[in-house]
Formats: sequence, structure tokens, C-alpha cells
Amino acid sequence: MSDHATHDDLKKHVRAYILVFVSLMVLTLVTVAVSRFHLSVPVAITVALIIATVKGSLVACYFMHLISEKKLILWVMLLTVVFFFVLLWIPIATVADRIGS
Amino acid sequence: MSDIPIPYTVAARPDTGLNNGKIGIWLFLASEVMLFGALFATYILLRVGAVEWPHGSHYLNVPLATLNTVVLISSSVTMVMAWYSLKIDQFNKFRMYMAATVGFGGVFLIVKYFEYSAKFHHGYYPKTNTFLAIYFTMTGLHMLHVMGGMAVNAWFLFPGAKLWKTDKEHFANRVENSGLFWHFVDLVWIFLFPVLYLL
Repeated sequence: MSDHATHDDLKKHVRAYILVFVSLMVLTLVTVAVSRFHLSVPVAITVALIIATVKGSLVACYFMHLISEKKLILWVMLLTVVFFFVLLWIPIATVADRIGS
Repeated sequence: MSDIPIPYTVAARPDTGLNNGKIGIWLFLASEVMLFGALFATYILLRVGAVEWPHGSHYLNVPLATLNTVVLISSSVTMVMAWYSLKIDQFNKFRMYMAATVGFGGVFLIVKYFEYSAKFHHGYYPKTNTFLAIYFTMTGLHMLHVMGGMAVNAWFLFPGAKLWKTDKEHFANRVENSGLFWHFVDLVWIFLFPVLYLL
């Protein structure tokens, strides 16, 4: 958030916080409900990670103000996310040739 | 003790466009992403290499973890409201929201205590199997982060709040930075919850 935000801007942020809070609660219930459907493991993992990513993005964008943050921080975090996925890909790559067989 | 003031605690540095505390906390969070990233990579490596992998709910208590998810999300809202209260110059509201944030952190730890106790009671330890080993490692490290965040927030609630009397903007920036850490702790749990309990 800008250091020079007006009170009206700040009030808009409070509305956004409440909306994000409700969304996070609903998504938490959805992810628990979906886990009770006993989907196949690949589908369950995909659905759970999509919901978690949406929830995580809401927290990062609104509670952590990334949506209105300076570009320098966005670039730093984008670079971090790229390396994070590289890190996750390494163990997946060890079995990538066996997927589907 | 030096009397030279620390530069750019409130004003933005001309080259970064940010105050030093803000960029400092984000760089720290970047390193934290990689720390937890290493553990998530370890989880994947162990899981894809395992002959069998239990469903989280076989060992773990999903309702308690759901409760803790709600508690941490609520604490994120009170944290951001604590910072907002400072921005609108309402220190008493800040105190109330910050106390709630620390309180929610305490509730999270109490629930976790009951969860861990139940595991130990059933004879489930990190040495029991690979799933429990990675469960205790990841949730244990996360719990240490909750404790760290609570300690910093409690500092700003009591002795650290003295800064509000002399430099309001500086204090609000400090609270914003501790909030960024607290939200990150919430964010990590948002991923830990489905990965460990629901899959």
C-alpha cells in the first residue's frame, strides 16, 4: 500500500479484507468437502492445490498488499516463485519418465 | 551506542522506492519461501518414492486442522486491521486487534499441542514412518514460525509500542512488516493443510 493513501482508499481496503476473509473461509470448507468425495489421487491433488493456490494468492495480493506493491518487490517475488517451482520440479523429474506407465 | 539515526525507516530510498524495512522483510520472506520449498520438495521426493503413502486423515485429525486453518485466517484479518487502525490513528483499536492476533496465535498453538499429544499417546512419533517424519518436520518448523511471529507481535503490543509516541509512521511500518511475516505464516499453513491432512 502507498504511504500516502487517503482514508477513503483505506476504507476500500477494509471492505476488501472482509471479502477476502469470507472467501478464504468458504474455500477452506470447499477443500475439506472435496476431500470427502474420495477422488482419484491425481484429481484430488490437482483440486486441492488449485484451491490452496487461489487462497494463497488472496492472502498475498490483499493481506500482504502485493496487488499494489512496488515493482521491485513483485520482481523479487516472481524470481523466488520461479526458483520455488524449479525446486519442486527436481523430485518430480526423478519419476517423470514413469508417469502414466 | 551510536546516535546516528538509521536511514530510510519511513522515507523511501531513492533507488529502491521503498523504505529499508519493507524491502528487508520481503527479501527475508523470499528466503523463507525457499526454506519451506526445500521441505515441500522433500515431501514430494518421499511420496513419489514410497511404495505406499497413507491418506493424511488416517493419522491426523482433520476437524482440528480445519479449526486451526480458521484460527490462522482470522488472525491474518485481525493483523491487517491492527495495521489499518494505526493508519487511521486509532491506537486503542490497534491494541485490541493486535491482542486478538496474538491470542489467535495462542489458540493455534494450544490446538497443535492437543494434536501432537494425541499422536504421541497413540505411539505415533517422527520415527514411526516417513509420513509422520515429514508431518512433524513441516508442522514443527511452521509452529516455530508461529511462535516467532507471536513474540514479535507481543513486543509491538507492549514495550515496542513506545515508538508510537515519538514516530507514528515508523511504528506503523514496523507493524506492517511484522504483519507481512504473520501473513506468510498463514500462507504456508494454507498449503500445509491440504498437503498433509487431505491428500
